[in-house]
Amino acid sequence: MEKKLSRSGWLFILAATVLLAVFLIYPVLYSLYLSLTSAKEGVTSFVGLGNYGKLLRDPVFYLALRNTFLILMIQVPVMLILALVLASILNNPKIKLRGFFRTAIFLPCVTSLIAYTILFKMLFSFDGLVNKTLLALHLIAEPLQWFMEPGLAMFVLILAMIWRWTGYNMIFYLSGMQNIPGDIYEAAEIDGASPVQAFFHITIPSLKPMILFTTIMSTIGTVQLFDEPMNLSQGGTTAATVGPGNCFMTLSVYIYNLCFKYNPKFGYASTVAYAILIIIALLTVLQFRVTADKN
Amino acid sequence: MKTKSAPRFHAGMIPVYLLLVLFSLFCVFPFVWIVIGSTNNAVDIIGGKMTFGPLLLENLRNLFANYNMAQALLNSVKITVITVLATLVVTSTAAYGFQMYRSRARERIYAFFLGTMMIPFASLMVPLFQIIVKMGLINTHFAIIIVSVSSVFMIFFFRQSFVTYPMEVIQAARIDGASEWQTFTRVFVPSMKSTYAAAGIYAFMTSWNSYLWPLIVTQTNEKKTVTLLISSMSSSYTPEYGLIMAAIALATMPVIVLFFALQRQFVQGMLGSVKG
Repeated sequence: MEKKLSRSGWLFILAATVLLAVFLIYPVLYSLYLSLTSAKEGVTSFVGLGNYGKLLRDPVFYLALRNTFLILMIQVPVMLILALVLASILNNPKIKLRGFFRTAIFLPCVTSLIAYTILFKMLFSFDGLVNKTLLALHLIAEPLQWFMEPGLAMFVLILAMIWRWTGYNMIFYLSGMQNIPGDIYEAAEIDGASPVQAFFHITIPSLKPMILFTTIMSTIGTVQLFDEPMNLSQGGTTAATVGPGNCFMTLSVYIYNLCFKYNPKFGYASTVAYAILIIIALLTVLQFRVTADKN
Repeated sequence: MKTKSAPRFHAGMIPVYLLLVLFSLFCVFPFVWIVIGSTNNAVDIIGGKMTFGPLLLENLRNLFANYNMAQALLNSVKITVITVLATLVVTSTAAYGFQMYRSRARERIYAFFLGTMMIPFASLMVPLFQIIVKMGLINTHFAIIIVSVSSVFMIFFFRQSFVTYPMEVIQAARIDGASEWQTFTRVFVPSMKSTYAAAGIYAFMTSWNSYLWPLIVTQTNEKKTVTLLISSMSSSYTPEYGLIMAAIALATMPVIVLFFALQRQFVQGMLGSVKG
């Protein structure tokens, strides 16, 4: 009987395991091997750590790293703090129209990454709605070239990502707040604590695991950022630069370009990919450490 | 017990509501703009016209006449439906296997799979592309589907939801003479409908909106999905905004309808793993 049940257990996980072995485990390992090779005129040769040395001297890699981290350091904290503040407001039963606000703020999550990116590109085009509005309000004297100036282009990208993902993260915080008993807030209020104090002394400590989770998920998502920068840049996948001054050149865009834009450099692209993998692993460990230390 | 709020509290609420209203407007505005935009022409859209125009049908007609929209919609629907169904079957059976037939070996495999969730798609992209080329599957929808069917995240989501299921029910079915597979399909699955709904919505969104992998795998226009079509429409040097708006509206509609029809499951689907 035991044996028969164990066999059933294997049968149930068979399909998923085979598929994961072929389309996940094998590619990851093969990618590691590829990162140690280089192809010239159709001949693939083993170059050991050569690609990794090349990586450390590659200005485009540093540019991609810098751009990716710039987005990571600005977008993720702003979005998560905003999501946390909105969630703690909407968790308060005294707020009117809570359901309406929650739905409205969550709604951007249904759009595809491509759709919202293109919408923001249209909104911020030279003769677009945002420039028209700013001109009408006399906030600017001339229309801004949002996609000619790296700083402005980056601003649009970050704003768009905040639009798309804040509600998503807010839902995680709201669901985490379900586990904080409401009487704690009432007790705090009776003891004379302000809502701001309650936020820092009750909400944040209780949500720590959820904050860690969303930070890690957002970090992984941002380090892999591809759809948005690719579609926000003029000319899409075939353009010469990705955004003004290559400011939308993220790590994933760089890998894509290495593979599919010019002569495919699969070996070196895999090296960049492994760099991302290592960065994500390091950041995850770091984030776990930081939260553990505060305990 | 209700506590009375002090009067100063009310004045303090003004910035709170201001934040809520402004942020909600920011979130909802692009949707309003899509709907209005799909009824206007490019000049009016860029010019910021915020009233409905007469061009909805014309935009749609041009969209279907000038671009491969019908084909793209058909491709997206086909890929998404097959992917969702296959994903639900493959990942839920795996989760059931991991949860209901515990063994040390399987727990190790499961833990290993969980670890792979951190791996970015970028580091799979190159070998996956080469595997697909070697299998002769380049420029096929099968290549898009097969790679996304076995999602570790979905296995994790299902298993988390299966934890609370009473083992006694399964044992009772066994005593009644049901086979393991019958127990799963006839006893277990019917009682897990809302979990399947939530997982299905998540899989639907992922597949319907996916971009990078289909971009890599498809090579001819007949194979392109709606997402790819919209992306290429917008990257042309003279983008036809009215048509793009109509295309975005068409592509977003199924997800919005699903969202309002199944809001509770939808949110659960997004939360997935974290609950429980």
